[in-house]
Amino acid sequence: MNPVNYLYLSALLFTIGAAGVLLRRNAIVVFMCVELMLNACNLAFVTFGRMHDNLDGQIIAFFTMVVAACEVVVGLSIIIAIFRSRRSASVDDASLMKW
Amino acid sequence: MSPGIDFAAEVTKTSTGEALQFWVLAAVALIGALATVFMKKAVHSALALVTTMMCLAIFYLAQGAVFLGIVQIVVYTGAIMMLFLFVLMLVGVSSVDSLKETLKGQRIAAVGLGLGFGILLVAGIANASITHFTALATKTPGGRPVYPAETNDEALRAASQGNVQGLAHQIFTKYIWAFEMTSALLITAAVGAMVLAHRERLVPRKTQRELSEERVRENKQVAPLPTPGVYARHNAVDVAALLPDGSVSQLSINGTLRARGQIRDVSAEAVHSVAELESAGADADDEAWPDESDGPSSAPVPTARQEHDDADSSSGGGSGNEVAAGAGSKEGRP
Amino acid sequence: MIETSSLASGVVLANEGGGGLHSVAASGAYSALWLVVGLPLLGALLLLVGGKRTNAFGHILGTAMALGSFAVGVLMFVTMLGKDDADRSVDQHLWTWAPVNEFQADIGLHLDQLSVVFVLLITGVGSLIHIYSIGYMAHDENRRRFFGYLNLFVAAMLLLVLANNYLLLYAGWEGVGLASYLLIGFWQHKPSAATAAKKAFIMNRVGDFGLAVAVFLMFTTFGSFDFADVLGGSASASDGTMTAIGLMLLLAACGKSAQFPLQAWLGDAMEGPTPVSALIHAATMVTAGVYLITRSAEIFNASPDAQLAVTVVGAITVLFGAIVGCAKDDIKKALAASTMSQIGYMILAAGLGPIGYVFAIMHLVTHGFFKAGLFLGAGSVMHGMNDEVDMRRYGGLRKYMPITFVTFGLGYLSIIGFPLLSGFFSKDKIIEAAFAKGGTSGWILGAVTLLAAGLTAFYMTRVMLMTFFGKERWKEAPAGAPADWHEPHPHESPTSMTGPMILLAFGSVFAGGLFVLNESFVKWLTPVTGFSHGDLPMSEWAVTGMALSMVALGSAVAYVQYARRDVPAVAPAASLVTVAARRDLYQDAVNEGLVMRPGQYLTRLLVWFDNRGVDGFVGGLAAFIGGTSARVRKVQTGFVRSYALSMFGGTLLVVACTLMARMA
Repeated sequence: MNPVNYLYLSALLFTIGAAGVLLRRNAIVVFMCVELMLNACNLAFVTFGRMHDNLDGQIIAFFTMVVAACEVVVGLSIIIAIFRSRRSASVDDASLMKW
Repeated sequence: MSPGIDFAAEVTKTSTGEALQFWVLAAVALIGALATVFMKKAVHSALALVTTMMCLAIFYLAQGAVFLGIVQIVVYTGAIMMLFLFVLMLVGVSSVDSLKETLKGQRIAAVGLGLGFGILLVAGIANASITHFTALATKTPGGRPVYPAETNDEALRAASQGNVQGLAHQIFTKYIWAFEMTSALLITAAVGAMVLAHRERLVPRKTQRELSEERVRENKQVAPLPTPGVYARHNAVDVAALLPDGSVSQLSINGTLRARGQIRDVSAEAVHSVAELESAGADADDEAWPDESDGPSSAPVPTARQEHDDADSSSGGGSGNEVAAGAGSKEGRP
Repeated sequence: MIETSSLASGVVLANEGGGGLHSVAASGAYSALWLVVGLPLLGALLLLVGGKRTNAFGHILGTAMALGSFAVGVLMFVTMLGKDDADRSVDQHLWTWAPVNEFQADIGLHLDQLSVVFVLLITGVGSLIHIYSIGYMAHDENRRRFFGYLNLFVAAMLLLVLANNYLLLYAGWEGVGLASYLLIGFWQHKPSAATAAKKAFIMNRVGDFGLAVAVFLMFTTFGSFDFADVLGGSASASDGTMTAIGLMLLLAACGKSAQFPLQAWLGDAMEGPTPVSALIHAATMVTAGVYLITRSAEIFNASPDAQLAVTVVGAITVLFGAIVGCAKDDIKKALAASTMSQIGYMILAAGLGPIGYVFAIMHLVTHGFFKAGLFLGAGSVMHGMNDEVDMRRYGGLRKYMPITFVTFGLGYLSIIGFPLLSGFFSKDKIIEAAFAKGGTSGWILGAVTLLAAGLTAFYMTRVMLMTFFGKERWKEAPAGAPADWHEPHPHESPTSMTGPMILLAFGSVFAGGLFVLNESFVKWLTPVTGFSHGDLPMSEWAVTGMALSMVALGSAVAYVQYARRDVPAVAPAASLVTVAARRDLYQDAVNEGLVMRPGQYLTRLLVWFDNRGVDGFVGGLAAFIGGTSARVRKVQTGFVRSYALSMFGGTLLVVACTLMARMA
């Protein structure tokens, strides 16, 4: 098998995640789609690392996970704060920043 | 040859087993991803995402990234996704997302862009035409492998002792600065989360005494709220109490359930039961409760089943309002 | 026709090398030169910045500063007397104002025979008028401010005549314009005074523009502002340039000296306090134009065309002022018209070149004495007559104010050219010089000056008769008198006012005689201005005889009209010429018709164009941008998914471009 297939899979997962961000209104699901995109990137990193015969790809993936963890913590707090004040987790409801 | 080199040599080529594993799990991962996007309920999305992540973890393992694979399962799937579920629980598990698009053209544009992006990425990867791996032990493709014993490269030596050792060596030498920065990032995120989630209490919490005094002063609901299930045939928390006239007491149900509309209204059935009870009493039957398997009695009052059937037929197959559907399913006779 | 005398050519040769003005650095007593300007400037600063704190002693301080300046001026003069001709002019470089590569603007003073005459005139007459003002303005609550302005004027005027370069001269020139504006409008609560001040200022701006252009031209031509460089280099510049500079200087002189066609402001300037009229609008500031032309003698000598223009302007103004003066009933306006006419004499003389410069200055000095005396006399009359200015409401005042009558009378005799008084000598010399120009133009100019001499005699006799002789018309109430009208009680003015008048009367009588005695004034000024005897087509006695007969004729006509007949208390209907003269020969109508109305129409056109064209374009652009923005801002929906969509689209584009670049 050609290892490039991992990359194709990664590309597809990333695209699905991106489409999910654009399509879903529930902020939590949007967030999950972002996580999906991050994971797709991680897969690509690991595969690249394997192809280039070094561990740097894995390390980048490791850092990505750390950053993703932070992002999830802060993002979910924001969602909770918004839900508390607006009784809604829909990203379309928080549309005050407009003309 | 040390085991590390063997391992490294192993991962430079893809075995048939790995190919099989890939085709099976790639399909699973894709289905999971699609399900994440298209599931109506957020919980289902989360579970689908967990599936995809597990598949990815296995891919990591298969590609020699042992440490990452484990971390993916433990931290990502185990911790982060659980955090998601917690938040979902806070926000409301059963709230169903309406998938009806409200932004004009958003869906078409998103799908179009997604397709275009996917095609571009795939085309880009295909264009790169990567066909071979370089082994971890070799410095040049096609060149003679360089063994750790022959080299003074500490990174290579560390890598030869195993994946975790290799990663550790890299993180604590080459990437030490980035690693330290992530610690600052984590601290900041933790503090940020606390700040965001913290709710400032502006007035002291009322004691039970104060609450009861307030109730008496307002003279609105001096006695405790009615418990659920009073006069009803069930005393589950979602079965509303019945008032003497047979109507439902909304007060007897928890506010959350009320907000979700998860109240099971049994008033109609109760009326029938009472009527049956009365008719049974008139027949001087010893049976306190009428046999439920009995066919509809000849009493002039409508039976529960008839009522149920009426409700079903009127709402077109039970897909109507949740209260009626729920009541119907729970109250189905054995 | 004109023979340059050996004396004058000697002087021209004496201006050796590049220096039109040969001078040495100031030393010894000369080093106090800066005090001449500095003292009145300090006085102005103290009085104007000090404010109300200086109210109590302001007039004393101002007068003291003027007197101090006069004392220093006299010291300069005495020092100069003790030197040879060659050493008499000195330069005092104070500091460099703006050193910019080739542009060197210096603050430096230049004292020579010409400047010292002006210094003495300005500080002398100025001091007398300061003293006079102490009495005249005694009851004015703003007397301290008045003295501040007077000091400012004196300082600026001294700077003008003492500057050693045209740029500093320009500063003084603007300074006197400012002081003039402030003093004409001193009683700014009177709308007429405020308007007159503005009118004077604006018409002066036209002239100032000419001076500015002249200075620009000098710098581009000679690369310097210094008198020495400019005047010394005048031989090397082209005729066209010299004519242009000359005409621009003439324009400047016209504005400041109220010469045709910029004469209209002087009559209205009489709205200011009478001492101001005497000092600024009779004796000193209005003669700045004459100084400018005389100082720039080399430029005019190099350009006959410009000289001709100067004489033409002078000739027109001589007659213009005289005709207007014949018809004015307002005593100050009659004197103002006379001033205009007399300065016309000076300008005319200055336009004649080396044969006239000296006499222009001589007439300037004598005029400074007698006209200042006449104005102070007029002020004294007004002081005793409840500020009445209409001569038809005077009459028979000689009994009530004898000192004023005598001093005014001496000034009157001097101005009409009564033999052996100051005006006789100076005016006679100008008439001679006009004839001496030679040719047809000489005859015409001579005739004009003679005619003007007759007219001068007429209108001044008229003023004299209407004011001091005849019936006491002021005893009857005027036609439209207000209910609280009461008969004025004419009385003699206090000593502080009569003293200066007496001193000026001495000047009116004796100055001219002193000047012509042994030709001392000519010899004094020749090193600076040059001098040549013209070729008179007749004997000097013939000219003097003609002038005296014109004077006698004019006086006789006036006597017949105003002494033998009663003077009506209201101006009677009269011929077209008289009506025109009463209305200043329609100068305001001409100005309005030729300048003001076209200007207004042009402004309206520009406003229209601005509103429709410029604003239309700008407003349209703004509206277009506003409208576009209003539509484009709808893009900002506030929906984060829309934004994410555009970000994703952008990413797509970047990836596409990258891939295309790689594949290409």
